[in-house]
Amino acid sequence: MTEKLFTRPEGLKDIPTHYCPGCHHGIIHRLVAEVIDELDVRKQTIAVVPVGCSVLAYDYFNMDSQEAAHGRAPAVATGIKRVHPDKVVFTYQGDGDIAAIGCAEIVHAAARGEKITTIFVNNAIYGMTGGQMAPTSLVGQVTATSPYGRQQPLAGTPIRLSEMLATLDGAKFIARVSVNGPKNMANARAAIKKAFQVQLRGEGFAMVEVLSTCPTNWGKTALEAGQWLEEHMVPQFPLGTYKNVQE
Amino acid sequence: MSEKLLMKGNEAIGEAAVVAGCRHYFGYPITPQSELIEYMAKRLPKLDGGVFVQAESEVAAINMVYGAAGAGARVMTSSSSPGMSLKQEGISYIAGAELPCVIVNVQRGGPGLGGIQPAQSDYFQATKGGGHGDYHCVVLAPNSVQEMADLTGLGFDLADQYRTPVILLADGALGQMMEPVIFKERTSKPVAKPWATTGVGERAQTNIINSLFLKPEELEKHNEHLQAKYATITEKEIRWEGSMLEDAELVLVAYGITSRIAYSAMEMARAEGMKVGLFRPITLWPFPEKALHTVLSKASAALAVELSTGQMVEDVRLASNGVVPVHFYGRSGGMIMTPNQILDQIRKIFQAKGGKQ
Repeated sequence: MTEKLFTRPEGLKDIPTHYCPGCHHGIIHRLVAEVIDELDVRKQTIAVVPVGCSVLAYDYFNMDSQEAAHGRAPAVATGIKRVHPDKVVFTYQGDGDIAAIGCAEIVHAAARGEKITTIFVNNAIYGMTGGQMAPTSLVGQVTATSPYGRQQPLAGTPIRLSEMLATLDGAKFIARVSVNGPKNMANARAAIKKAFQVQLRGEGFAMVEVLSTCPTNWGKTALEAGQWLEEHMVPQFPLGTYKNVQE
Repeated sequence: MSEKLLMKGNEAIGEAAVVAGCRHYFGYPITPQSELIEYMAKRLPKLDGGVFVQAESEVAAINMVYGAAGAGARVMTSSSSPGMSLKQEGISYIAGAELPCVIVNVQRGGPGLGGIQPAQSDYFQATKGGGHGDYHCVVLAPNSVQEMADLTGLGFDLADQYRTPVILLADGALGQMMEPVIFKERTSKPVAKPWATTGVGERAQTNIINSLFLKPEELEKHNEHLQAKYATITEKEIRWEGSMLEDAELVLVAYGITSRIAYSAMEMARAEGMKVGLFRPITLWPFPEKALHTVLSKASAALAVELSTGQMVEDVRLASNGVVPVHFYGRSGGMIMTPNQILDQIRKIFQAKGGKQ
């Protein structure tokens, strides 16, 4: 008698993704799908996917989805959730999408206490457009639009979105996690689950920021990228729970 | 619900939306449409399932509309000219993803921050697409408070029937003025929306709301599909109204509030013996091109009158296609012409022609 210990979650379609080798999007998709399976809400979930590397996520998540304009996912999710308050609505957004062009939308969705869940994938760079500077790029980080490194006097310093949003009363759960290594993955999965549970309990806004690699645009191997995340991103973006209000 | 009420145009749109079954409104305050957002703020929370959200911007509001429309709701937003500019990105996505909604523009003068007085200078933006890409919105132009109510109801029906955004193009004068209005019984039935994202439930396929087609062959096909839909709308949904056109030598062409000023000018010209008629487009897109061409073919000249420096006049010239000379008279910036000023233009045209006075 054999037992199946590992399988594709029902929350993911059986389609190979377009993500680069060593990119964390695949892992993060899987963790979201696993949580949705575990909470048994796939059939009542509507995903809102962004413009960025995960623009095609509606092809991968096995659930109803809407493709939002760049940065507008929290507004689109607001529209959906207000029509279907009994359904589960989440946004999946990258750093350029959420912390640059869509900064107003995420701040106000959180301020309203919109009962949605946001998965924010922070890889400190614009991936899809070919590696330009993001609002979360590190000072000194070389990108296609910061060829001499991000210059603090001209381009400022990275936005710590989790810390920012944690100041808002409408935000009930905010955590920053990473998925490099099994332990961090387990922590990330637990945080994502909590962020959906906050929505299911109707408490308010919840977000999980996931630090992620972009080996292609960082110009590193998958292994080097994991090390760079650990050594450079984590000190700038400390992991942890920034808000956890249980009503 | 057939009693006669005295209402501001902006409020009449709000009530008409409610009567049409709209329970979701997302907007941002801007003069001169604020009575509408305020009406919805007061009205919707009192209704079963009514949702009012004051968004952080027009950009957010139109994207909330995208989400709600994609989720299957009858949904509306409203704004005025500068705010409509902000909404254009979202309207392009809504057109691309084929989502039904009603968008109200209570126009004011521009460009830029412009002013807060009535204007018709967003005609190009409304009728020619407005955002990026090959698309059109259905554009309805009321000229009374009653028509603001009637066309709001029609707008929701057309939006659902064709899965397309509908713009109600009003102006600050119509929005602010009070007139009697009757909210008529609705006869149309709700349209099923099997494509909406409601959660996959027991459906065999997941529903996806999207305007992305990375393969050029597919995007071209999608564009051809949109154009085929626009052709059907052009064939079936054109609306216009004519006054004294049977023997008209000069045809005034005016929409919205301007059509009422032009109507007065027409009556004054008739009293002076000049054969003047009025052609009033009610759908600005699709523009009643063939109907106007037929009318102009029997006339000697056309005069387009607008609260702009000359926008609709281009469609009048296209409709004329050289069959008659097309003159233009407009005022802008919130200045409104008097019937006498139009009458002066009419006299000039008749004098230049040597036409009878």
